[in-house]
Amino acid sequence: MPVNTSDTSAISNHEGISIEADHHSRPMTFREHMNIVVVGHVDHGKSTVIGRLMADTGSLPEGKLEQVKVRCSQNARPFEYAFLLDALKDEQAQGITIDTARCFFKTPRRDYIIIDAPGHVEFLKNMVTGAARAEAALLVIDAQEGIQENSRRHGYLLSMLGIRQVLVLVNKMDLVGYDLPVFESIRKDYGQFLGGVGITPIDSIPVCATKGENIVTRASWYTGKTVLEHLDSFSREKELNQKPFRCPIQDVYKFTEDQDQRRILAGLVETGSVRLGEQVVFLPSFKQSAIASIEAFSAPVQSVIEAGRATGFTLTDELYIRPGELMCKGSGPLPRISSRFRANLFWMGRAPMIRGRKYKLKLATARASVRLAEILLVLDAVELTTDENKQQVDRHDVAECILETTKPVAFDLFQEIEATGRFVVVDNYEIAGGGIILGSVSDNRSVLLDHVRQREMAWERGEVSNITRETRFQHKSKFIVVNGSSAAANQSIAKMLEKRLFDEGYLSYYLGISNLDHGLDSDVLDTFERREERIRRLGELARILTDSGQIFVTSISDLDAYDRALLKALNEPNEILFVNVGQESSEGQGEVVAVRQNEDVLKAVDRIGLILKRKDIIPDYSI
Amino acid sequence: MDHLEKLEAKSVYILREAYRDFKNLCMLWSIGKDSTVLVWLARKAFFGHVPMPLVHIDTHFKIPEMIAYRDRLALEWKLQMIYGENREALNQKRTFPDGNVDRLTCCRNLKSEALKHTLSGEWPRFRMDHSQGKYVLDENREPFTGVIVGVRADEEGSRSKERYFSPRDRYNEWDVGDQPPELWNQFKTDFAPGTHVRIHPLLDWTELNIWEYIEREKIPVVPLYLNNGKGQRYRSLGCHPCTSAVDSEARSVPEIIVELRSGKFAHIAERSGREQDKDDGGGLETLRKDGYM
Ligand SMILES: Nc1nc2c(ncn2[C@@H]2O[C@H](COP(=O)(O)OP(=O)(O)O)[C@@H](O)[C@H]2O)c(=O)[nH]1
Repeated sequence: MPVNTSDTSAISNHEGISIEADHHSRPMTFREHMNIVVVGHVDHGKSTVIGRLMADTGSLPEGKLEQVKVRCSQNARPFEYAFLLDALKDEQAQGITIDTARCFFKTPRRDYIIIDAPGHVEFLKNMVTGAARAEAALLVIDAQEGIQENSRRHGYLLSMLGIRQVLVLVNKMDLVGYDLPVFESIRKDYGQFLGGVGITPIDSIPVCATKGENIVTRASWYTGKTVLEHLDSFSREKELNQKPFRCPIQDVYKFTEDQDQRRILAGLVETGSVRLGEQVVFLPSFKQSAIASIEAFSAPVQSVIEAGRATGFTLTDELYIRPGELMCKGSGPLPRISSRFRANLFWMGRAPMIRGRKYKLKLATARASVRLAEILLVLDAVELTTDENKQQVDRHDVAECILETTKPVAFDLFQEIEATGRFVVVDNYEIAGGGIILGSVSDNRSVLLDHVRQREMAWERGEVSNITRETRFQHKSKFIVVNGSSAAANQSIAKMLEKRLFDEGYLSYYLGISNLDHGLDSDVLDTFERREERIRRLGELARILTDSGQIFVTSISDLDAYDRALLKALNEPNEILFVNVGQESSEGQGEVVAVRQNEDVLKAVDRIGLILKRKDIIPDYSI
Repeated sequence: MDHLEKLEAKSVYILREAYRDFKNLCMLWSIGKDSTVLVWLARKAFFGHVPMPLVHIDTHFKIPEMIAYRDRLALEWKLQMIYGENREALNQKRTFPDGNVDRLTCCRNLKSEALKHTLSGEWPRFRMDHSQGKYVLDENREPFTGVIVGVRADEEGSRSKERYFSPRDRYNEWDVGDQPPELWNQFKTDFAPGTHVRIHPLLDWTELNIWEYIEREKIPVVPLYLNNGKGQRYRSLGCHPCTSAVDSEARSVPEIIVELRSGKFAHIAERSGREQDKDDGGGLETLRKDGYM
């Protein structure tokens, strides 16, 4: 895409800057940059290709090439382009030159930055990190050695990283006597492999890197485009603005201590655009509102915001939105919501990914607990076979599998919207895997229900039955959860309720949730897991306390629908009552009683008592 | 979006990610142009606020204009300003200007050691009290687990190997060979107890980008960067005994940009005015492993 002319206005307005052209016609700031990565099996010629690109585009510092050549001949070693790269890196490490050593090369079209991506399998993490930042890739294959382990693995990874602009370079044509059928057969075989992983290479080019043939200059024996001609025809921008609007909410800010009353939802617009006043929906909670303002610091007021911007919004309604929700347009195509999806996963962790174990999933800005539910097949890059019977995903494996989260998550398919269709898996504090979503799978088997079923089957009972207990205590057991956005209001209602019930002769017990932090939950360190894990433990604890026949009262702020569902499921087979203070009602999660924000606490407790009576939890004549 | 806007969006995203995931987060502010751009980016990210403390290591040999500028902005922008120092080394005069140690040891004493112990909370921290307009002893001694630093990959070799989120173990060690992967916008935001993470939102910026952004956003910078009429300016700021000015006629930010674009410094590293880099071959890398940035 040509440089957007509107970009220039911001700078040229500035007083007194004369925009000086550098030696390539276009002024620096307005020159395009493109990150490219060169990958392939070790020794297939990556460094040589890079050296050639730099040398033949005239991007090397003056005299550098000669200097390295002289040094080689002094040491009686044949010159290698790889030495050139090493020399540049050394200089960079010593801070002698600035930009050249980052492996820049320039063409009249744009500046290229070559990202370091080591080919050795031990450095795969670095290769993946480098390649994830690239907009285009050159995949180098030795014509004589043919397709090797990392040729395939790297091809797969490029596909997974979403790099669509891929050129295949069949290198060292001199070693096969410029035999074009050799080239054709690699082009065909490798093209087939890439097709299988979803990449259609832009082209395959026979090259001889040492002689620079078809890299920057065309050899007499070849009529196709050179590597550089292709690179210059690549486009930088993906058409992100044309896609449906997606803005994962990264965080919600309210800096009240600085007298700022705005509640700002912050996020990066990944695709599409949105205007003031447009209706938006947050997923997976399905909360809806409209854009009241587009916020920015020290910038002109905007009425529309497009893909690529890290921005902020206020809404027309006071909604409680959690970080991790996906903001979409009510009118546009919505993402999928499911707790099961089919994915291609690449594993880099030292320990394998094991079925059933819990990991942390990071998908756009959402975080969820995830487990590997099924392995459909594992691609073995060494043998180029697929294994359908593997029970775990080992380091450097690529697997097609089904992942299952404990809470439903909102996502798109990777082929539709990349940013919301890819994820990483964290194991033991490290990003250990990355993947792309191929499809959603219906949620018929939930992890939670499985767990509760198994727990109940194994439940060991004492000699005193529930009926006996109820007869003695004169009431049934119940788990009462007071929740709302004000912790203080929740607590006062919950404590009042405990006391009232107790005074009337019932077995009631109030648990302050913070008591768990210093005891039962003191080992839950991971901030991400803390909330979910605390709720899980509370649910399990409630199951035990209600089993003992008590009315177990607690208070907790800001439960969402899934938290409620989790508490209800874990407390099964016993009963639960939600007391919602000053917030929207929530249907379908057990008994609910709503308390208005400023309702008198005593009155509220009375009403709760009534419900308990109606439900036969406590006999009629008391409270 | 142009190149600067893209850089800005990425940095803002990284800052917000850090703020979201690290409870004990701080940002190092050296008063130089890079970390000042970082403070500005934080105001962008948090809509005019800087919700994390800014930590400055005061060697007490900084050029005085730097400290005056720091405190002026701290008050004006309502920053949670904190400084730390190596009191013992200063009292015992274990410094280069006092003639008792070489430059590198001085850096290690006044910067690396001070930084390490200020971040861990072992040594006193001094906090700007906005009601009094002066520094008081900070009660909070909790260690910082996330530290935002304004390093750029183009500064020198070891920095070009950095990640945006780079873990350090409990001894501040940085294992260059075995770093966590970073995919797309997903970073290392989980960390084991006792470890901490350095966060680098400016990794992709160049020296030229920094000045272009300063100009575009009209960010106030220390006047030392500009030619004061004597044909000299500072290109990189540090302690006065070890930082020298470069020859330059640039009297304004636009003139600096023109100067950088014209290639006057194209083959001279930015830190060439910093003497400590010359004292040993891998100078900065050694310091860096020790925690100096
Ligand atoms: N004959 C021949 N040798 C080549 C060619 N390209 C690279 N090589 C050699 O192959 C070896 C490995 O190349 P290098 O660029 O270091 O590979 P890398 O490990 O992929 O970076 C070196 O000895 C190169 O000189 C080529 O086109 N023809």
